[in-house]
Amino acid sequence: MDTQASDARPVLEGPDIARVLTRIAHEIVERAKGADDVVLLGIPTRGVFLARRLAAKLEQITERKVPVGSLDITMYRDDLRMHPPRALARTEIPGDGIDGRLVVLVDDVLFSGRTIRAALDALNDIGRPRAVQLAVLVDRGHRELPIRADYVGKNLPTSLRETVKVQLAEEDGRDTVLLGAKRTAPGAQH
Amino acid sequence: MQRHLISAADLTRDDAVLILDTAEEMARVADRPIKKLPTLRGRTVVNLFFEDSTRTRISFEAAEKRLSADVINFTAKGSSVSKGESLKDTAQTLEAMGVDAVVIRHSASGAPYRLATSGWIDAAVINAGDGTHQHPTQALLDAFTMRRRLVGRDAGLGQDLAGKRITIVGDVLHSRVARSNVDLLHTLGAEVTLVAPPTLLPVGVETWPCAVSYDLDSTLPKSDAVMMLRVQRERMNAAFFPTEREYSRRYGLDGERMARMPEHAIVMHPGPMVRGMEITAEVADSDRCTVVEQVANGVSIRMAVLYLLLGGNEPAVAHPSPSSESRTTEEK
Repeated sequence: MDTQASDARPVLEGPDIARVLTRIAHEIVERAKGADDVVLLGIPTRGVFLARRLAAKLEQITERKVPVGSLDITMYRDDLRMHPPRALARTEIPGDGIDGRLVVLVDDVLFSGRTIRAALDALNDIGRPRAVQLAVLVDRGHRELPIRADYVGKNLPTSLRETVKVQLAEEDGRDTVLLGAKRTAPGAQH
Repeated sequence: MQRHLISAADLTRDDAVLILDTAEEMARVADRPIKKLPTLRGRTVVNLFFEDSTRTRISFEAAEKRLSADVINFTAKGSSVSKGESLKDTAQTLEAMGVDAVVIRHSASGAPYRLATSGWIDAAVINAGDGTHQHPTQALLDAFTMRRRLVGRDAGLGQDLAGKRITIVGDVLHSRVARSNVDLLHTLGAEVTLVAPPTLLPVGVETWPCAVSYDLDSTLPKSDAVMMLRVQRERMNAAFFPTEREYSRRYGLDGERMARMPEHAIVMHPGPMVRGMEITAEVADSDRCTVVEQVANGVSIRMAVLYLLLGGNEPAVAHPSPSSESRTTEEK
């Protein structure tokens, strides 16, 4: 399931990522009419970094601090019994909670939609937001659930034989989105 | 492949740290208004208690319910066991009911091991205390409490207890808590000293990975944590010390002794406490005493163990460690 370094080609580079995040920040301010009650929740791992970057941009635009947190959805996944349990990531809800707020979920890639479904379940257990919106850096299609993003950095039509890999400076040392061919293990079935 | 949790000695350092880190996240669930996760929905866990233990049973039950497992409580009293049914028959009954995990407490050392290895049952077996042998989740919750207090809540993530000096005082002979703690704390890199009257030390203690002392007063100033054990009168079939007063004078922890401990050092007790004998009320009620915290931490640890053993299609403990890498985009 890994991307072969040789045939992976970048579809977004550092400056592009910064630009689309700026655009998303402006879109959030416009739609939320000032982002007064916005809370950003990133989905680990890379969604959290994107949420923090978005929060910084929202602060620049609105000159107000925007609460940002992280929401680990591991224990809400519907495919838990298909893999060994994975180490949990951090769930950090801003001090004032999410009740009555506009929660913007932030993730790097939107694919089947199952992660977002799990995130909606997780939110349910934590509080009752006024509304929930979704911001993603890349929408690669192939949804398995009726879920769509409110803010999309880049729509990237892909085939199921391709992989999308997002790298961010905080975790991977550089900002890029790579599109590659799925490596098939010898004898593996599709 | 490790499917069961029978002994603290079976855990590698990485396993133990993974459990402690997972418990740290589980503890956050306890701070929420809705203390529930859907993780073990549809899984059945049996609490099979052949020996009375309200504290451990409700701790496991709380953990199981917070993870949405279906819980069946079985106590030997009033069951077919009192009519003479064997462990094997009980196990096979549970197997026929399709249980996914058995949490077992038994007065016979080795009963959980027998249950896990005999082929009577397919479920994961978690030892909740067997005779004088092991009580691994107790050792884990003690280590968790120490890591939180001595290393730090967030700073502790990924850390073990390397270099921490832990003193365990009292009835080591009858204590599965002491045995489990020595195993686990050694794995986590701590230096353990057992302090007890010679009559309350088991044969072969010199082969354990710890130091042994008969003198509490000289050990206290170099301890980061002091764990007092309960004097288990119910397991004592002979006179192990002259009088309770004598024991209390030499091995009891009072305010004066506590003052000799370093400023940051904590006092632990697995409970239930016998106030006035192994620990005075003054010490038990001080904020250096972590007894109540240990109870709360017990639920988080048991949630972590249940999640790591049952949460996926195979256990994450004692297994090539689950990918610490973030979710792949293939799952999104």
